[in-house]
Amino acid sequence: MFQGLSFSLRAGEFLHIQGANGSGKTTLLRTLCGLSMPVEGEIRWHGSAINALQEDYRRALCYVGHHNGIQGEFTTAENLTLYHGLAGDTGGIPIPEVLAQLGLAAVPHLPTKLLSQGQKRRLALARFLIAHKPLWIMDEPITALDVRSATLMNAIFAAHLDRGGLIVLTSHQAVNLVTHPVRTLSLDT
Amino acid sequence: MSHHLITAGISVLQRDLTLAMRKPAEMATPLIFFSIVISLFPLGVGPEPGLLRALAPGVLWVAALLASMLSLGRLFASDHADGTLEQMVLSPHPLAAAIILPKILAHWLTSGLPLILLSPVLAVQLQLPAAAMPTLAIALLLGTPVLSLIGSVGAALTLGLRGGGVLVSLLVLPLYTPVLIFGAGAVTASAAGLNTEAYLSLLGAFLILTLGFVPWATAAALRISLD
Repeated sequence: MFQGLSFSLRAGEFLHIQGANGSGKTTLLRTLCGLSMPVEGEIRWHGSAINALQEDYRRALCYVGHHNGIQGEFTTAENLTLYHGLAGDTGGIPIPEVLAQLGLAAVPHLPTKLLSQGQKRRLALARFLIAHKPLWIMDEPITALDVRSATLMNAIFAAHLDRGGLIVLTSHQAVNLVTHPVRTLSLDT
Repeated sequence: MSHHLITAGISVLQRDLTLAMRKPAEMATPLIFFSIVISLFPLGVGPEPGLLRALAPGVLWVAALLASMLSLGRLFASDHADGTLEQMVLSPHPLAAAIILPKILAHWLTSGLPLILLSPVLAVQLQLPAAAMPTLAIALLLGTPVLSLIGSVGAALTLGLRGGGVLVSLLVLPLYTPVLIFGAGAVTASAAGLNTEAYLSLLGAFLILTLGFVPWATAAALRISLD
């Protein structure tokens, strides 16, 4: 996979990681989260290795992977309640408002296994709003979304960057944030 | 800080209990298994009361071991498949205390505890004397949490593996043997009118020991499985 990779990201920066299938985008994101260990090298947050920071690093981090992290037997709000409880009191947006903002308020009592792929993805992305965390790491966040939701996500990205947040994402589509510059990193050699 | 840890732990516990209630069939399967296995013994070995009474402690405990193992699959597997587990691992809390202990507690409340409530009925079927019933309940109360705890290590290590179910039994059953020996020993002693304190003390010691070590071992196993 990739080697000799080095980059740093500052507050308010947006990094779009590109690469062919199998080039290691997901592996890189999981390594950035601390889910996978790098064979060599180190990831630092505010100058300290994330292995040493542990919970302090995870307090700053929100991640969405290929899997949405949604339990199909639960309703949308029940799914988010778990993540709200896990995040602690970080001053995010209340759950009903997040659901309304992402267009999920119309399906409050259905088990989420009945939702469409795009709706499930939006629910997974709702996690980023119910807790206030500076570092967003997202694996193909907008792939299953319709045009309107993708535009909405761009607005949410912009607001997060304005607050001084950081975003690292992978996407096969081009990411156009009119309000902010997009840095790209290619894993293709 | 610590109240966030407690909030997180309670969220996980509530969530797992609610989920178990939403899938009653999954919760009932090990209990039905437990009942059927025990009900088969009088049919197989014959209805002779003395023989059944002698077999009762061992049969009850072996069935409890197997039933407990049968329910291990739901501890982590579905959360692993839908991505919830990696989100839990990424939560800003110590994994062992905030996630794993509440999950094991929920698992015990929905598998071990119903088993204890069911056991007197099945013990009567096996002609266990009424005097031994309290000891059976106490021994199961001390022993079944140990089964859930030890099982969690096996469940975490075999996450995402094909044929994980068979592997779990190979990993976990040998570690269950002390609980089997002293659990069945306590009931046998009680049925014979002997002192059971030594057996129950040992079961209690196992519980404290596993409570102290297992959540951290399971945390390490989960990290390996998710890597």
